[in-house]
Amino acid sequence: MTTRRDLLAGVGVAALATPFPLRAFAQAKDSVVIGMTLEPPTLDPTSGAAQAIREVVLQNIFEGLVAMDRTGKIVPALAESWTVSPDGLTYTFKLRGNARFHDGTPFSARDVKFSFERAVAPDSTNAQRWIFTPIAAIEAQDPLTVVIKLKQPTANFVYGLAWGDAIIVSPATAADNKTKPVGTGPFKFARWNRGDRLEFERNAEYWGPKPALAKAVFRFIGDPQAQVAALRAGDIDAFTNLSAPEAIPQLKADPKLKVTLGKTEGETILAINNAKAPFSDVRVRQAIALVLDRKTIALGVYGFDLDYIGSHFSPLHPAYVDLTGTYPVDIAKAKSLLAAAGFPNGFSCTLRLPPPAYARRGGEIIAALLAQIGINASIEPLEFPQWLERVFRGKDFDLTVIAHTEPLDIGNYARDDYYFQYKNPEFKALMARIDVTIDETERNKLYGEAQRMLARDAVNGFLFILPKLTVTKADLEGMWTDWPLPLTPLAEVRWR
Amino acid sequence: MTAYLLRRLLALAATLLGAALVIFLVLEILPGDPAAVTLGLNAAPEALAALRTEMGLDRPAPVRFLTWIGGLLTGDLGLSYTYRVPVTQLIGERMMVTLPLAAMAILLAMAIGIPLGAVAAAHHNRPGDAAVMVFAQAGLAIPNFWFGLLLVLVFSVGTGWLPAGGFPGWSTGLVPAFKALLLPAIALALPQAAILARVTRAAMLETMQEDYVRTARAKGVSRRRTMLRHVLRNALIPVVTILGLQFSVLIAGAIIIENVFTLPGLGRLVFQSIAQHDLIVVKDLVMLFCTLVVLINFLVELLYGVIDPRLRQAD
Repeated sequence: MTTRRDLLAGVGVAALATPFPLRAFAQAKDSVVIGMTLEPPTLDPTSGAAQAIREVVLQNIFEGLVAMDRTGKIVPALAESWTVSPDGLTYTFKLRGNARFHDGTPFSARDVKFSFERAVAPDSTNAQRWIFTPIAAIEAQDPLTVVIKLKQPTANFVYGLAWGDAIIVSPATAADNKTKPVGTGPFKFARWNRGDRLEFERNAEYWGPKPALAKAVFRFIGDPQAQVAALRAGDIDAFTNLSAPEAIPQLKADPKLKVTLGKTEGETILAINNAKAPFSDVRVRQAIALVLDRKTIALGVYGFDLDYIGSHFSPLHPAYVDLTGTYPVDIAKAKSLLAAAGFPNGFSCTLRLPPPAYARRGGEIIAALLAQIGINASIEPLEFPQWLERVFRGKDFDLTVIAHTEPLDIGNYARDDYYFQYKNPEFKALMARIDVTIDETERNKLYGEAQRMLARDAVNGFLFILPKLTVTKADLEGMWTDWPLPLTPLAEVRWR
Repeated sequence: MTAYLLRRLLALAATLLGAALVIFLVLEILPGDPAAVTLGLNAAPEALAALRTEMGLDRPAPVRFLTWIGGLLTGDLGLSYTYRVPVTQLIGERMMVTLPLAAMAILLAMAIGIPLGAVAAAHHNRPGDAAVMVFAQAGLAIPNFWFGLLLVLVFSVGTGWLPAGGFPGWSTGLVPAFKALLLPAIALALPQAAILARVTRAAMLETMQEDYVRTARAKGVSRRRTMLRHVLRNALIPVVTILGLQFSVLIAGAIIIENVFTLPGLGRLVFQSIAQHDLIVVKDLVMLFCTLVVLINFLVELLYGVIDPRLRQAD
C-alpha cells in the first residue's frame, strides 16, 4: 500500500535526484556565488570611498603596482620588483611585460604615469589623495620602467600603492570605469544587474596564474535574516562578512557550512571630543577608559568574544602592541579621578550614534557603563549622512561610537582638524618622524610608541576590532578570512 | 463630461506641482552633504569641492529646483549621485521587477479576497462566515515581512523549491523570474486579500438589504444569480475604491518585502537611495510615487462609471 508519506518522500527524492546534483555539479566545477551586505555604488575605486567598490574589484578586475596578500604583506603585482634609492626619494619600478588590459591594450609605464597624475588632477574625486601627494615627478623611462621621485622620504608610500585608490587604469577606458570597468586583473567584468548581482568571468589572458573559477557572481543582500536564509537554502556559496552575528551558532552547527571569525583593520572606538570640556581633562577620559568593560560590550553586541584593543591599532599589523591592560576596569578609581577633575557626582552629556549595530547596541551598553560613575549620557541616534555632517565635519558632539575601517589610520590623530581634536604636538612630532623613517624595524618601534601615547592619554575609548564573519560552503577554499584590506580576491578561490 | 475631465486634469497638475515643491524643500532642509557621503572619512577638501561641482550642488537652490522641474517635464530625471547613471535608466530597470510584483500581488489578493468575502456574505452568521473572518483577522494582524520570512523558511530553506531571494533577471527566462517573484507576491497579497475579504463582505451584506434584491428574489431569480448579478456587482464600488487606496499601501509594503527578498525593485531603490543620501533619486522616486497615486485615484473615479452606469449619467 502506498501511503501519502511514501508519495511525498518519493517526490522529495525525485526533486533531489534530478535538478540538484546537476546544479551542484555545475557549480562545483568552476563558478561561485558570493554574498555581500552592501552593493558598490560604482565599480571605480578612484571615484569614491565606498568600501564595497574595493571589496569587489580590487585584485579581481583592477590591480595596482603592488598588492596586499591575505596576511597583510605587500607583494609585487603589476610591478615585478622595485628599488628605493638610499635617500628614500627615488623609487624605480620594473613592470611586467606580459600584462594586458581587458580590452587588449598592452600595459605600460605610460598607464602608471597617467593613473597617478589623474589622481591628483584638480577635478579628481579620489578619496585618498594622501597616497599621491608625496610625489614630485613621475617618469616613464622606458615602456617597462617607471621612476617616481618623492618630495620627501615617505615611509608608507608603497603601502598606499596597494590600496584601491592607486589602481592602474588605461587612458582609453578610465572615464567609463564606473559602469564598465576595464583593468588588468584575473577577472573581467561581465554584467551588472543593479540592486541584485554583479558577474565577472575569468580573464584567459591574465599574466599570472589562471584563476580556477570561470565565473563569479556577487549578490547583494542587505537584510541579515535574508543573508542567513540564502546561505541555508544554498542560494549562495559564501558570504564575505555576515551581518547577523546572532545566527553564528546556528550556522556553525550546519555541517555543509564553514564559519570563520577573522580580524579586520576596523578599530571600533568610543570617540571623545578632546577639545570640549569636561573631556579636555585627561582625568575625565581616563575615568571613562576605566569603566569601559570591553567584554560586556562585545557580548552584548555580538554574543561572543572579539579581539580587544587598547589603542588605535590593528593586531593584523606587525607593529601592534597589546595595551588592553592599560586601564583595567576599576569603578572606584574612575570615581576618584572624576572627583579630582571636579565632578564628584558625574555630569550629563550626549552620545550620538550612527546606524551600525555595533554603534547602536554598543552605545546602549556604554551609556549603562558610564552611568556607574555618574556620567549620564543621553543617546541620540543619527543617520549616517547626518552623522558625517554634524559629528565628523561639524565636530558637534561629546561622545560617539564609530569603527575606523581604513588600514593604518593612526596618523589621523596628528590632524588638528580631525573630529576628536586630539591636538598633541608631541604626537604630531612622533608621526612626522614615522613618516620619514624608512627602516621597518625602527618604524615599527616608533608605531609602538605612538600607540602607547594614545593609550596613556586615553584619547578615545578603545574597544575592539570589527570581526569579519566569513561563511562558506564546507568544500569551498581560498576565501580571505582576515581583512588587512577589505577585499575579496577570487584568483585563489576554488572548489575542493 | 469634457469640461469635467479638464477641471480634474488641471487640479491634478496643481496637486503635482505642489507635491514637487514640498519634496524639494524637505530634502533641501535635510542635513548631510552627498559628496561627503561618497568620499568618506579621509577625503581632501579639493576632492569634495570637485565632486560637488560634478553633482551640480554648487548652484543656488532656485536654479536647481527649476532645472529639476524642467527635467521632469522633458523626461530627464538627472544623474544618480551614487550610481552615476541616469535615474530614468535606474527606475526603468527597477520597474521591471516592481510592476510585475505589484500586479501579481493585486491579482492574487483579488482572486483570494473577493470570493472569500462573497462566500462569507452568502453564509452570513454561519461557520463559513466565521472562518473567513478569522482568516481576515489573521491576515491583517500578521506583519508581511514576518510572513515573508516564514515563507522563505518553509519553501526555500525547508523544501528548496523556491529561491530565498534575489532576482535572476527576465533575460534568464520567464520561469526563474516568476519563481523569484512568487513568494514575495504571496507575502504582499495576504494583508490585501484580508482587507478585500472584509470590505467585500460588508458591502455585500449592506447591498443585500436593498429593495431591488428583495424584488429580484420575489420575481423568482435564483439566490445564486441574485448574489452574483445584483449584490456582488453593486457591492464592487467600495471594493474598487479600496483597491485604489491600497495601491499606496502596496508600495509601502514593497519597500519592506523587496528588502526581505532582496529584489532589485523600486522599493529597495528608495531604501538604498535614502541610506546612501542619493537625494536626486529619492526626489525623483517620491515624485513618481506621488504621480502614480494621484493618477490611480483619478482612474478609480473613472472606473466607477464603468461599474455603475447610473454614475455615468449623473455626470
